[in-house]
Amino acid sequence: MLPLPEFTVHTPASVDEAVALLAKLGPGAMLLAGGTDLLPNMKQGLHAPAHVVSLQRLGALRGVRREGDALVIGAMTTLDAVAGSAEAKTHAAALAEAAAVVGGPQHRRMGTLGGNLCLDTRCRYYNQTAFWRGALGYCLKKDGDTCHVVEGGRKCVAAASNDTAAAAIALEATVVLTGPAGIRRLPAADFFVADGARNTARREGELLTALEVPVRAGRVSVYEKLRRRGAIDFPLLSVAVRLDREDGSARALDVVISALAAKPRRLAAAQKLGAADLATLPIDTLADAALRECNPLPNIEGDVVWRKQMVRVLVKRALGRATSLA
Amino acid sequence: MPEALVTLSLRVNGDDVRVAVRPSQTLLEVLRVGLELTGTKQGCDKGDCGACTVLLDGEPVLACLTLAVTCEGRVVQTVESLTREDPLVDAFDCHGAGQCGFCTPGMLMTAKGLLAKHGRPSRETIKQAISGNLCRCTGYGPIVEAIAAAGEGRRGKKDEEPLPAPLPSWEAPKP
Repeated sequence: MLPLPEFTVHTPASVDEAVALLAKLGPGAMLLAGGTDLLPNMKQGLHAPAHVVSLQRLGALRGVRREGDALVIGAMTTLDAVAGSAEAKTHAAALAEAAAVVGGPQHRRMGTLGGNLCLDTRCRYYNQTAFWRGALGYCLKKDGDTCHVVEGGRKCVAAASNDTAAAAIALEATVVLTGPAGIRRLPAADFFVADGARNTARREGELLTALEVPVRAGRVSVYEKLRRRGAIDFPLLSVAVRLDREDGSARALDVVISALAAKPRRLAAAQKLGAADLATLPIDTLADAALRECNPLPNIEGDVVWRKQMVRVLVKRALGRATSLA
Repeated sequence: MPEALVTLSLRVNGDDVRVAVRPSQTLLEVLRVGLELTGTKQGCDKGDCGACTVLLDGEPVLACLTLAVTCEGRVVQTVESLTREDPLVDAFDCHGAGQCGFCTPGMLMTAKGLLAKHGRPSRETIKQAISGNLCRCTGYGPIVEAIAAAGEGRRGKKDEEPLPAPLPSWEAPKP
């Protein structure tokens, strides 16, 4: 049995109450949504908060609704609900596809979109028991000062392992945060930062309340994931593609690759494409560019060379599917 | 300082129960230790295997990653709620889907949740539904067949055979 450390549970009934509680409890409090990430990590001694604030009762944060030209998805909407939502499947296909392949069916019924966006980064030297980590002298992310992934590394390179992150960035979504100072909106691309120790821009005392996904005509998006088994596993590599078309020809393309390091990566070659290139959409050239741009680290399981070679395969697969849908 | 106990009221297998729990206890611990319902198994205890799957308000979830205190007023169904006459249990029996039996309670509850939503799920739907439940005997074939048979309301190859005789009732030996 893996016992949980002792803590006090709080169950606020509204967002305001939750924010006030966070301000009162200070940094010793952690937020609990679905529990599929926080609780296993707590069982492995990675966190030991004195207070756990359960968001279970915040019914107002559940559901997918259309507001003007945006799809607003409450942070407490389960991944299962996001994956099954007709609106999400139509207007934010990459996000619905990503939500549909998180963990196993039970994780998706419990886990929430907000929780997945705030998922702790993962590393083969971090997601272990305290005994295992102690035997190796701990690491940069937790209790130690050496990195076992990059020799002499001073910055944690644990991998962003949330499926929905790459999709949210590719879809130009906005993360809505509520804190003591009010509501703050951040583009998903700026929400994630390149620090494995803490890879989101969420400040102390802030609560992620929703994800706003813009709805655009002529937009298609897809998500591809690499994992060993067809279920349960975290991504070894993930690729989200967004393609905007107008009058039958491509106008904009975004390719986001994640599960490499702490921050999902926007493929620079895709952003540089001119109007002429977009018209022909050189899939093979883009896949080759992605292979050159991405260098997976031995931070998560899976052979590094295999993961690198699969960058090309996944980008090609995603672009092929996006163009066939458009 | 020991953790303060919290009184938790919930409905387990049709019974309203009140139980004193610590805030750091999972639903799995409360079921197995507090209520002595040891049918629900503890496998990995960190959400990787699905052995602890129970129905929470009708939805199959992992009891090892559910804090007991967040279940106040909710309805829990464990494998103990399934009788020998349950079509699903009967199908598992007839198809030899049990094997070592450790994953069976989780498989049964996942299947129960699936059949409540899909009357006659396809093999593909069944495989998707049980993809979060690991069977280390790797006896997935009979499990999928058993769930399909229960969904279709038939008893597989044993359809023509009579039901097994009820177990003889036990009588105390006469002195």
